[in-house]
Amino acid sequence: MSTINPWALGVFVFFFAATIVVGSSIQWIRGLFHAKRDTDSHEEWSLGGREFGPWVTWFLVGGDFYTAYTVIAVPALVYAAGAYGFFALPYTIIVYPFIFLVMPKLWKIARAGGHATAADIVKARFNSRALEVIIALTGLVAVMPYIALQLIGIRTVVQALGLPGDLPLIIAFISLAAYTWLGGLHAPALTAFIKDIMIYIAVLVAVTVIPLHTGGYSALFASAAHTDTVLKTGQSLPYATLALSSALAAFLYPHTLTGILASRSADTIKQNAVFLPAYTIVLGLIAMLGFMAHAAGINTTNTSMVVPMLFQSVFPAWFAGFCLAAIAVGALVPAAVMAIGAANLVTNNLLPPQANPVRTSRIVAFIVKIGALICVLFLNAQFAIDFQLLGGVFILQTFPALILGLFRVRFSAVAMLTGWAVGTVFGVSICWMDGLKPIHPVNLGLFSGNISTGLLSLVINIAIVALVSVMAPAKQNIPANTTV
Amino acid sequence: MTGFSVMKYLNLLLALPFLGLLWTPLYNRHDPVLWGFPFFYWYQFAWVPVTSALIWIVWKKGQNT
Repeated sequence: MSTINPWALGVFVFFFAATIVVGSSIQWIRGLFHAKRDTDSHEEWSLGGREFGPWVTWFLVGGDFYTAYTVIAVPALVYAAGAYGFFALPYTIIVYPFIFLVMPKLWKIARAGGHATAADIVKARFNSRALEVIIALTGLVAVMPYIALQLIGIRTVVQALGLPGDLPLIIAFISLAAYTWLGGLHAPALTAFIKDIMIYIAVLVAVTVIPLHTGGYSALFASAAHTDTVLKTGQSLPYATLALSSALAAFLYPHTLTGILASRSADTIKQNAVFLPAYTIVLGLIAMLGFMAHAAGINTTNTSMVVPMLFQSVFPAWFAGFCLAAIAVGALVPAAVMAIGAANLVTNNLLPPQANPVRTSRIVAFIVKIGALICVLFLNAQFAIDFQLLGGVFILQTFPALILGLFRVRFSAVAMLTGWAVGTVFGVSICWMDGLKPIHPVNLGLFSGNISTGLLSLVINIAIVALVSVMAPAKQNIPANTTV
Repeated sequence: MTGFSVMKYLNLLLALPFLGLLWTPLYNRHDPVLWGFPFFYWYQFAWVPVTSALIWIVWKKGQNT
């Protein structure tokens, strides 16, 4: 960490810069192939013209779902907590049956109504401006810390390369801003290919080479004995409920929904639900890096440095540089999609109708990124992590309006608003009182244990929605095209 | 109408990953070990191709009806 290796740095800068250049010039490259397209329309910039087929969707959805933060944080948790850190594995499996059943319905509604965001869809269903604003603000608040975490991911690898200070972060920020401004959603869609191929190479080499150094997989689990390779007593319930709440929340975020809505057809989404789990295998292998770090003798209290330190201790400098570049590019792609998702919310749902929506979205995406940068520069990283935890509770409270709103049962806008308010206040105050932990102890006589706070507040939210809907039923005049 | 009820039963296949993965007592054990992996890990990894296959079946059958 103290000395700069020119090979590592050179390889890193090359791959990072190449991605930025390709992403920024994508509209120009597209112009060469598609002569007569209106490449500056808002649907083009914000949703890629809703024309992404199975392959691009696979890379784009996978690309913004599995972020650089995943590559750093999941092994860090496994390193610190052992088997418990693996809850990301069941989470990223059960999310796909859920996507298969729900997201094609959302896509059809969005396509028919020309909607670009969750708040657009909710507004069409419930015809309530208040609900639209609430859903848009929740999405915005939940996605901000996510962008900050991507910038932290870039800073982590840059620090691992031995570069001091915040200057590299500001350079990374400017690159990200230029890339999103010029390329719109096409930039991350294309560079997601580069990102994934780089991550796959890094991870596949790591999971084959590192065990050779450390005496095979059985030695790997043996050396990790002190962190326990199965769940400890009392960890089962939090493991399962965290997996479930994460799966339910995953595609409510503006950036993940953007990837879904940008696909060409409902069938593209179904097909992707079949093939996207391939990413889950990679995620599971990435999680293994936490155990490998123990086997390789990595010893640190700063767990977010576990993966960079592991790569640097096992690989030659040039390949470590490549792996770190993979993580940095892996931060860039989702951060761009997140900024675009956030910008769509502000342009479509919070501001009055715009004369030039692309320009507005570009400016908003830029402001959102500045917000994330300020967050990283002037507040500590722990703040972003805590805030992201609260963001998970926040975003789950939009589940009833967006997902229950798909069913034929009529819930009223008032019920949705009340449920949202109670769920949010309950979830955030419980989370706060527990000292910002994602789980809360529940004791109901026969049943006691720790349960995901987000799931707990979602259950309360849904109960309130049902109760208020019974007391004050919705009026009959629901727009005809909003149920499937 | 029959196509609809077949789909309804097929959709139940999609509940299996939830049952298999969220009920942790089912797999929270060390043995049997496979290729050095404790049961806890290879069981969960095994659900990835199984889930893909289940979704694929429901997807293909849904296209036919």
